[in-house]
Amino acid sequence: MATGIRDKVAILGMGCSRFGERWDMSAQDLIVEAFEECIKDAGIEKKQIQAAWFGTAFESQHVGLSALALPITLRLPFIPVTRVENFCATGTEAFRGACYAVASGAVDFALAQGVEKLKDSGYGGLPNLGSNGGPAHFMVMPNMTAPGMFAQLASAYRAKYKIERDDLKNALAHISAKSHANGAKNPKAHLRKAVTVDQILASPIIADPLGLFDCCGVSDGSACAIVTTPEIAKSMGRKDLVSVKSIQLALSNGYEMQYNEWQGDHFVTADKASTRAYAEAGIKDPRKELSMIEVHDCFSITELVTMEDLHISPRGGAIKDVMDGFYDATGGVPCQIDGGLKCFGHPIGASGLRMLYEMYNQLLGRAGDRQLKDPKFGLTHNLGGMPFMNVCSVAIVGRYN
Amino acid sequence: MVGIVSYGAYLPKYRLGRSCIMDAMGWLAPGLMTAASGERTFCNWDEDAMTMAVAAAWDCMTGQDRAKLDGVYIASTSLSFADRDSASILKCALNLKDDVTTADFTSTQKAGTSALVTALEAVQGGDKKQILLSASDSRRTKTAWFHEMWFGDGAASLVLGKDNVVAELVGSFSLSQDFVDHYRGTEGKFDYNWEERWIRDEGYGKIIPQAVKGVLAKTGLKPTDITRIMFPCLFGRAHWEIAKSMGFTKEQLSGNMHEETGECGVAHPLIMLARELETAKPGDKLLVASFGQGSDALIFMVTDKIKNLAPRMAVSGHLANSRTEYTYGKFLRFRDLLNTEMGIRAEVPMQTALSAMWRDRKLILGFVGGKCKACGTLQIPKSNVCVKPECGAVHSQEDCEFVGRPAKILTFTSDLLAVSIDPPASYGMIQFEGGGRMIMDFTDCTMNDIEVGVPMQVTFRKKYYDKDRCFTGYFWSAAPAFKKPA
Repeated sequence: MATGIRDKVAILGMGCSRFGERWDMSAQDLIVEAFEECIKDAGIEKKQIQAAWFGTAFESQHVGLSALALPITLRLPFIPVTRVENFCATGTEAFRGACYAVASGAVDFALAQGVEKLKDSGYGGLPNLGSNGGPAHFMVMPNMTAPGMFAQLASAYRAKYKIERDDLKNALAHISAKSHANGAKNPKAHLRKAVTVDQILASPIIADPLGLFDCCGVSDGSACAIVTTPEIAKSMGRKDLVSVKSIQLALSNGYEMQYNEWQGDHFVTADKASTRAYAEAGIKDPRKELSMIEVHDCFSITELVTMEDLHISPRGGAIKDVMDGFYDATGGVPCQIDGGLKCFGHPIGASGLRMLYEMYNQLLGRAGDRQLKDPKFGLTHNLGGMPFMNVCSVAIVGRYN
Repeated sequence: MVGIVSYGAYLPKYRLGRSCIMDAMGWLAPGLMTAASGERTFCNWDEDAMTMAVAAAWDCMTGQDRAKLDGVYIASTSLSFADRDSASILKCALNLKDDVTTADFTSTQKAGTSALVTALEAVQGGDKKQILLSASDSRRTKTAWFHEMWFGDGAASLVLGKDNVVAELVGSFSLSQDFVDHYRGTEGKFDYNWEERWIRDEGYGKIIPQAVKGVLAKTGLKPTDITRIMFPCLFGRAHWEIAKSMGFTKEQLSGNMHEETGECGVAHPLIMLARELETAKPGDKLLVASFGQGSDALIFMVTDKIKNLAPRMAVSGHLANSRTEYTYGKFLRFRDLLNTEMGIRAEVPMQTALSAMWRDRKLILGFVGGKCKACGTLQIPKSNVCVKPECGAVHSQEDCEFVGRPAKILTFTSDLLAVSIDPPASYGMIQFEGGGRMIMDFTDCTMNDIEVGVPMQVTFRKKYYDKDRCFTGYFWSAAPAFKKPA
């Protein structure tokens, strides 16, 4: 009978590059920036790493196919390296691979690294793949962009709960203002300027009803983790251990897109993945037990509905919680304490690991101006794809023992 | 008895107020003032002769049995492919059986009536029982010239057969002459036109009467026996003078539709005919003639069965479903006559995998999904494993058509980031009544037209154009549902 991976893996070290428009840095440069911090933090030598998982989503924009860019860049000693891609859950997938390798006993030390170099496309937003996205998609899928895919949540959420457009816009603006306030305190964040709700509401529309400030940054960056077992970490003299409580994924199977039940207002996958993650981590009441969360706020509306899918806000109750400040830095469950995708930025392959980096630092009391008081459990959440067809990952980390 | 079994039409929703051409370009061509009244139809950016032919055909098949069709013809001079059978695309868009005859009639403005004569002859010959003909044109013109004002875009469709004939063929007469009032070379984008006075006097003025007299003589009828006569003529006054010279009265002459639509090329005689059929009474005799390297003239007599036809959009329904634009730049951009900056985002690979298109042809051209025989769930696309969670039956789905099924908006947005010729790009998920849903591009609407729950219909549209390979990709979009006449 499977027992999950709760407390079978400890994070030995983490690193994260500064995120942003890193015009002077290649993907390889960003990998090195994150790795240098990580290997120093882990306190091991590079040659001790026995396996690596490398996450990148838009590989055609920078490193190309295969995992080779990672071992060549870091001169890893002929070890197994696997490239993973699973939309915006890519970084968490790399982490999952490394954790499973350690938990299985296959290796003692494993590296998970994600990178994305998005700012060589020549235009804003995510790359447009055209027919390279696959013939079936190209010939039948609408002419969509990421903000447009997620903006549809707003239309359906409003219809389901009979919410006025302005009331929803106000809640979305509160979400973005909160993330900007947090991001302003983060030296590695892409966007470090606090903005007001009025500024957000006055920003130009990108995909109705989402405006410019409802959209996260498109960034370059890399983040990584070295994991081992708690026993090995302790044997190295490490005391304050952060261990992995759960990593879960749920993928759409066409139900949302093709069956007749889903109403377009939330993420079926996040509901399933978080339920399984709480069970694996032994969390009964996430609203009370979670100290902090980093969710996939690619767009403000994604964050809003995710609060319900994670079973923290009741169905239809996220707007009230948001407006009450429950997810603010001073609230019951601080959300995006590092600025989130919104302000830290969103280099796809690195994002899941960047979220874990913040949870890890918070749990170790290293978060500087952003440090929360005595956190115990941190949850990270990624949502890749589109509301009707997506990959959702949920990871929970916490103090060991 | 052979004749018309059903008719239909399609006019794009967009109308261009002709005054805006004068406003924008009158400084260059002040003579435009003389034609600057009324409006002309023009295709949305995602429409062309092919998509209009499909829309007219579906209108024509209202209340008709598609299984009875054993031939499909298209007539047009503005098809997107020189070597790919457009009639076969139409056949797929109607989801017809494979064993039908298809043919494209093209290269002349009389191609619509030539296809009509050929279809009637094929039915008369007995080998074919029913043939569907769609005539459609969207001709590109140089800017700031009369043809830009005179021309319109549109399509008409007829089913020709032996049973349930609503307008019986009385007779036809064809005339072929190499009278070149204009031509478009194979490599040319635009027509080259000769002097209008010559075209009026030596062309319309002589060829139309010759064809009309020919058909009257052949059928033994006199002008006074004809209820309505319809023929295209770009010149309003000449149109009436030619009719008068042949012995027809103003009451008999069907207007040339300059004020409402402009002249819709190959489709025009059939659009005029469809418009007359809408109000025709049993016993009426309709004479239709075309013009282009000669003329075909045909006389039909309306039968009692015309009363049995199901209500349809036809010409009047589409005339009422309009949106008038006065932005000349929009008209030019929709027709790819203005080289606007589309941004690097627009520079994407556009190659169409023809083998994948062939595999998915029923979905792409016919919008055919599946129905699970085990649980009855409708789904689109059709797939190997039923999507209903409690079912999951494998290889259980039979073909299920989704065109014409009522649908409503479930989710939507209007997107200003997406590359679009008509921003914002609106799209969303539509839910079909009885099951099935799909995320689709929305068309023929503005942000103000769409909301959760708004009734939609699917419509065959141009999805993309691959300039490197001159390939037009077609698929279905969703548009606000027509308010069909009762």
